[in-house]
Amino acid sequence: MKIPSPPSFWPIERFSEMIEVDALGFRYGDGPALFADFTFTIGRGEAWTVIGPSGCGKTTLLYLIAGLQTPGGGEIRIGGEKITRARPSTGLVLQDHGLLPWATILENTRLGLRIRKFYGPDGKHSPPDLQIDAEKDGQRVDYWLHWLGIEHLKEKYPVQLSRGQRQRAAIARTLVLEPDLLLMDEPFSALDAPIREELQGVMNTFHKESGLTSLTVTHDIEEAVVLGEKILVLDNRCNLVPQIIDNHLSGEIDSRAAPEFRRRCLELRELLADGGNRQNGGSRLRE
Amino acid sequence: MKKKTTLFSTLIGVMMFFGLWQLLALLIDRPILPAPTVVVPLFFAHFFGELGLHFLASAARVLAAITLATLFAAPLGLLLGQMPRVDRVLSPLIAIIYPIPKIIFLPVIYVLMGISDFSKITLIAIIIFFQILVVVRDEASGLKRELILSVKSLGAGRRALFRYVYLPASLPAVLTALRVSVGTAVAVLFIAEQSLTSYGLGYYIVIETYQVLLYPEMYTGIMGMGLLGVLLYFALYTIELKVSRHRFVE
Repeated sequence: MKIPSPPSFWPIERFSEMIEVDALGFRYGDGPALFADFTFTIGRGEAWTVIGPSGCGKTTLLYLIAGLQTPGGGEIRIGGEKITRARPSTGLVLQDHGLLPWATILENTRLGLRIRKFYGPDGKHSPPDLQIDAEKDGQRVDYWLHWLGIEHLKEKYPVQLSRGQRQRAAIARTLVLEPDLLLMDEPFSALDAPIREELQGVMNTFHKESGLTSLTVTHDIEEAVVLGEKILVLDNRCNLVPQIIDNHLSGEIDSRAAPEFRRRCLELRELLADGGNRQNGGSRLRE
Repeated sequence: MKKKTTLFSTLIGVMMFFGLWQLLALLIDRPILPAPTVVVPLFFAHFFGELGLHFLASAARVLAAITLATLFAAPLGLLLGQMPRVDRVLSPLIAIIYPIPKIIFLPVIYVLMGISDFSKITLIAIIIFFQILVVVRDEASGLKRELILSVKSLGAGRRALFRYVYLPASLPAVLTALRVSVGTAVAVLFIAEQSLTSYGLGYYIVIETYQVLLYPEMYTGIMGMGLLGVLLYFALYTIELKVSRHRFVE
């Protein structure tokens, strides 16, 4: 099969800041505040990871950026525009792949395209400059299925695939839509270690090739170091000041055993344990 | 994953059924149980005459009831599945009504609606209605939040969610509900057709043959009603195999 060349999809860069989280405040109902006056900026083309103990609000932050939750205070801007609802060019991959069980992998990968066609270029559910070109769409679907190594499975149903393959299909489904921002919520945490590392490698390669801005939520210290050029560490208490670690070790999946990599993991672990100690009166955080 | 019924296993089943019937007929050896060698030729002889009309009348009633029930129950089940608050209010009521054998309301429905075709169809539709309602509701509410969220993240609003998630998720549920309730539907039809009608297999079996001791003819009616149940079951099963292929994959 002839595989088309990679699509040149990220739109022209008008802003160097991709995501601006500005004085964000959020709490669930009457619960404790997860964020108050929380401000940070993600530059275009950067790969970020967010780590923290469970309940710290890391998934909430991702949903807020995805537009699936509404901030209680402040605002989030993507490409200069305030987020009020899910944005058509944000790609989202969740821990549970979210594939339709009754549709084949090919149909699942095409789902986003079908939804865009269903609405037409309305700017709300699909980009306002959407052009529907069945041939190009088909090529893109083929390209990403091939790139993720699951093209031979396209006639199968999700139930017939391994967890890792399903997650690859979920990633393909998202990338087919040519997002300008990729958000992932614990995408590999349900996978066995070898498969997880393999997919982390895949995402490293993807980031190098595409330069796509991304934000990955994880509870795994190694994953945070492997995937994040910048690591945002969240705390169990209300998050006020962002703790951000600059991490030049990302993208080096093979250097896991290197002393520098281990040191970075240890540093991160101490940072997390410190926050946990303050919060839980000494109980240790799990990795 | 479900086990597929094959053509071969169906054939074996049919052969065993007629074998057992023949055996029982020989053992009992009374007019009330004629052998299939007598009944089957008679069935084919009558099916393209009067018996066929009775069959068509019964089939039309069941199909009308299925259509009516699906039209009301499927959308309501979807709504309840998507609106947990409303469902919480209504579910105790549904849980109470669900196991009540609806046939006991036959006199009430006859008095309220008159003994007409429509009241017979309504009675059967009520029975199927609850089956579909419960299964579709559970199917729609069982959809994982993450599935909905990730489809939303692909751009889906309410309409696309309905078209690409809720509808395809509930269609197999409707078919399963219909397939398991079609037996009850035919049973209720049998009872409902015994009063004030002149066409229908229930009427044919009880009034036209049983009460005048035409036992072999009565059995052609029984065969017709059995066939109706089997045909509906397998028709639904065939559609189900097509629609929900993912449930039958190896």
